[in-house]
Amino acid sequence: MKLPKLILKNLFRHKLRTGLTILGITIAILAFGLLRTVVSAWYAGVEASSSTRLITRNAISLIFFLPLSYKDKIRQIPGVKNISYSYWFGGIYISEKNFIPNFAVDSKTVFELWPEFVLPEKQKNDFLRDRKACVAGRKVAEKFGWKIGDTITLKGTIFPGNWDFVLRGIYRGAYKGTDETQFFFHWEYLNESLKKTAPDRADRVGWYVVGVTNPNLASEVAAAIDRTFKNSLAETITETEKAFQLGFVSMTEAIVVAVQIVSVVVIIIILAVMANTMAMTARERIGEYAIMKTLGFGAWHIAVLIFGESLIIASMGCALGIGATFPAAKAFGDAMSTYFPVFNVQMQTIYMDIAATFVVDVAAAVFPAWRAAKLRIADGLRRIG
Amino acid sequence: MKQNNSNIVEIRDLSKSYQRGDQIIHVLEDITFDIIEGEFLALMGPSGSGKSTLLNLVAGIDKADKGSIKVAGVEITLLSETELAHWRAVNVGFIFQFYNLIPVLTAFENVELPLLLTGLSRKERREHAETALNVVNLGDRMDHYPGQLSGGQQQRVAIARAIVTDPTIVVADEPTGDLDRVSARDVLELMCRLNKEFGKTIIMVTHDPRSAEKANIIRHLEKGVLNEAS
Repeated sequence: MKLPKLILKNLFRHKLRTGLTILGITIAILAFGLLRTVVSAWYAGVEASSSTRLITRNAISLIFFLPLSYKDKIRQIPGVKNISYSYWFGGIYISEKNFIPNFAVDSKTVFELWPEFVLPEKQKNDFLRDRKACVAGRKVAEKFGWKIGDTITLKGTIFPGNWDFVLRGIYRGAYKGTDETQFFFHWEYLNESLKKTAPDRADRVGWYVVGVTNPNLASEVAAAIDRTFKNSLAETITETEKAFQLGFVSMTEAIVVAVQIVSVVVIIIILAVMANTMAMTARERIGEYAIMKTLGFGAWHIAVLIFGESLIIASMGCALGIGATFPAAKAFGDAMSTYFPVFNVQMQTIYMDIAATFVVDVAAAVFPAWRAAKLRIADGLRRIG
Repeated sequence: MKQNNSNIVEIRDLSKSYQRGDQIIHVLEDITFDIIEGEFLALMGPSGSGKSTLLNLVAGIDKADKGSIKVAGVEITLLSETELAHWRAVNVGFIFQFYNLIPVLTAFENVELPLLLTGLSRKERREHAETALNVVNLGDRMDHYPGQLSGGQQQRVAIARAIVTDPTIVVADEPTGDLDRVSARDVLELMCRLNKEFGKTIIMVTHDPRSAEKANIIRHLEKGVLNEAS
């Protein structure tokens, strides 16, 4: 027999208490992992943004448009490699609960600017050939059971009426963090309709996406674009895609902060539970620690017993919690794919789970271990009997 | 007091007091006595007379206020906590009133426990523990947990644990205090055997005159003062 065996035997002395503590840690780690994944998902757009893409929008607000004529002027600015544009369509599929981010895009350039949206060549050609064609992300197609050739009708909110599209392509993300829930169709299709129904809204775009030749030139190119349209009717603000995405996140920063605080609170609560367990454990065994010290075991032996037990309980809870996080995140991500197009458990979250477990383990054991180590044998022996 | 080469314990001017609130309670006052190697000493006295305190001081689990305690030539009052722990592991075997076995360990594992602090191999530890359990006639109960043993059997396991490291002295604090008469008699006979057959020096604290009669020497402590041997 060695001390680790005694640790294991002690561990299951109160099976119910140990089991409930492990369960508590499992749930806490699961909750912590899911909350951290929510935070990661919130920043997924920022993380997926490219350093070679700039976004040019109306300086007043994103809801104000920019003239299509800006396209050629922007293209001429040194450092600009390519340009595309988009328009937020805001269409509803069947009912409002089926939220899909849908955009009218420049079909010729959209996949050039977003190479991470991978579309088979045939589907790309089919999309380009058909003006009523649309392309959907893999996740959204799977969610609604769409197949190539299906007609999809969106109900316009910004642009009234029912809009029919034929699904010609389903794109996949090149990376794990690529958003696979978007829906694109031809800007020309929208523009032609607007020319007939609302000519004053035609030939406009929501924003430009500008590809730069060199990421180091991004700030110079952005400044040059904004200078070009200074004192015009539609002045621009150009920023990196990352800054643009961060702008969206900052609008909901309070929620993100709240989620982060709750995730820390979860760990503090489980720390209290774990500390209570270890304090009870150590208090019950004060007499045994005194006996062991009497037999010649040192303070560090006693500390090893307490820290070891705490470590095993916390590690078992952590392992189970991490194990449960992946299926739980998958289920949560599938159910909430409308709001979180990318919901992947990051390795950083797992490291944070492990770090939190280590903190809980040490913090819960340090006081009982210190008390037991400092225990005077005579005082401990008095507790027996 | 004469110096004697066969003295295993030499105590000089030993004092110990406790503070309880504003009051200082003098438990032991200028105790001086020797214990000869191979002696079976019974310390008697009323509750609060200081006999358990004296036992704890000799066994190195409490610190004296002043005075000297030499055990096998080692001045234990000068040892640090860590040194005392090592010293106890090698030199002292403990028997307590309430057996104080670790409930999650088997009889064998409880006896093996002090050997974990030695450099013995697993095989050697097994041999030592089995021998000690055989000495106390519990060779057939090695795999039993304390909860599966009677009080007397538990105390015999505790005795096996006390002798397994072949200590210089064995200290026993009311070893029969929690036992029925038959078990108490068995335990005392076992302790006598340890003293006579194995030459172990035993210091036993007891209230019970019949237990004390088994010892070679009985000394009485009253109000912190040790009376002459009887």
